[in-house]
Amino acid sequence: MIEFKDVSKVYGNGTRGLDHIQLTIGDGEFVSIIGLSGAGKSTLLRSINRLNDVTEGEVVVDGTSITRADKRELRRIRRRIGMISQSFNLVKRSTVQKNVLSGRLGYYSTFKSIFGLFTEEDYKNTEKALATVGLLDKLHSRSDELSGGQQQRVSIARALVQRADIILADEPVASLDPVTTQTVLKDLERINKEEGKTVVVNIHSVELARQFSTRIIALRAGRLVFDGTPDELTEERLAEIYDKDAAEREAKGAAA
Amino acid sequence: MKISETVHFDWYKNLFVVLVLVACVVASATVTDADFAEVIQGGPQVTAFLERFMQPDFSYIPTLIDPMIRTIKMSVLGTVIGFAVAVPLAFLATTVVTRNQVVTAIFRFILDVVRTIPNLLLAALTVAIVGIGEFSGVITIAVFTLGVVSQLIFETIETVDEGPIEAAEAVGATRVQIAFWSIAPQVMSQLASYLFYAFEINVRASTVLGYVGAGGIGVILNSSLGLLRYDRVSVIILMIFVVVAVVDFLSEAVRRRLA
Repeated sequence: MIEFKDVSKVYGNGTRGLDHIQLTIGDGEFVSIIGLSGAGKSTLLRSINRLNDVTEGEVVVDGTSITRADKRELRRIRRRIGMISQSFNLVKRSTVQKNVLSGRLGYYSTFKSIFGLFTEEDYKNTEKALATVGLLDKLHSRSDELSGGQQQRVSIARALVQRADIILADEPVASLDPVTTQTVLKDLERINKEEGKTVVVNIHSVELARQFSTRIIALRAGRLVFDGTPDELTEERLAEIYDKDAAEREAKGAAA
Repeated sequence: MKISETVHFDWYKNLFVVLVLVACVVASATVTDADFAEVIQGGPQVTAFLERFMQPDFSYIPTLIDPMIRTIKMSVLGTVIGFAVAVPLAFLATTVVTRNQVVTAIFRFILDVVRTIPNLLLAALTVAIVGIGEFSGVITIAVFTLGVVSQLIFETIETVDEGPIEAAEAVGATRVQIAFWSIAPQVMSQLASYLFYAFEINVRASTVLGYVGAGGIGVILNSSLGLLRYDRVSVIILMIFVVVAVVDFLSEAVRRRLA
């Protein structure tokens, strides 16, 4: 369970990234976050694993505050949260196998990981995860030999090997073609349904958000302006969410 | 067309720069008492030098083989030691790795200091400390390599793709794990290339180190010059030239493979 307790994020220049967010995401949900560019989608997502620090309130993951966590606790929480991003974030010169195994780094001592002393179980899980995303034959390929869609599926495999309970996906399909987009999102959907993992996705396409998620959250100028099922997301509500003028007014108001 | 409409519209600025440069040259010549006429008057001396220089004493080659090999050994060892020290220090000298301004500033400072020591001065110092011979040559080359290579390495590290670093952070990896798993693979081939590049420079540099007593072929070069044996000097220079050319060629070939 992920809880946002009155979370705000103000950047150094006074811009409000997040504005008093109250939100609870339960286990096993497939949540899409929509909104204009700059509405705070990434900030929201990245504050879940504290790649962004928040300035007010706290984010609680499964009962532990990640906002107040010390280094050790942070490591312990982070290794249970997988992350997929628009730019795949693979080490391009390393093999697929290494990239996938790196999902387990949080569980190994520095010494063991430097010498690649992973357990047999982790090696098997690597193959299993790659099989799940249909890339088992690429095990020893260098990652930059793969297409964009394949690279994104490798990063999903990495999150699978990590055995995270929560998967955060920051614009996972923004740089992919429509067909690959479907493959990638279906992979995420399957992980959500079959393995019961919580999936939180930032996405630009309302169509895709409706198609895949059980719940949609919308942000405008850092504020939560919609939270409901895909059916509840009517045309009127959409117009509100994507009302650029209102967003700009609010952003100015918040900064002032 | 008027000149003000062309790319030369600010010609008077360029003219000014040229005039300033000329003034600088004239001024520095005056200050250092340089006299072009003197260069021409030195003519007879030059011919005397060239006369002997142009008749290389090839029978001297066998005597040169051993010191030449020692020079190469010196460079290899010095390069490897310097490189081995440079890699960890360079990693610690970037905020990409440390995420700590203070630690990085400290290591930067150390490396900056190392880099500012001139090569020959360093050799003279090590000779004074550990005595004449190849050992001081090795130390000099190691320190020199550390200075040059560490900067190349940390500048390379600063250009790596931050994505994989963020991904590793997100799974709870430690800074050391990130260095080994996300950063090292990205810079590995460039690092290997720098190793050969440093070796290339060092072979060239080490031939001169003998001048201050740091062993190798430079010692012989120095004494031959002192004895006015220009016929031997030319053979030595020829030999150095061949060796440096071969090393350059090999290292170039290897580096192209690595790219």
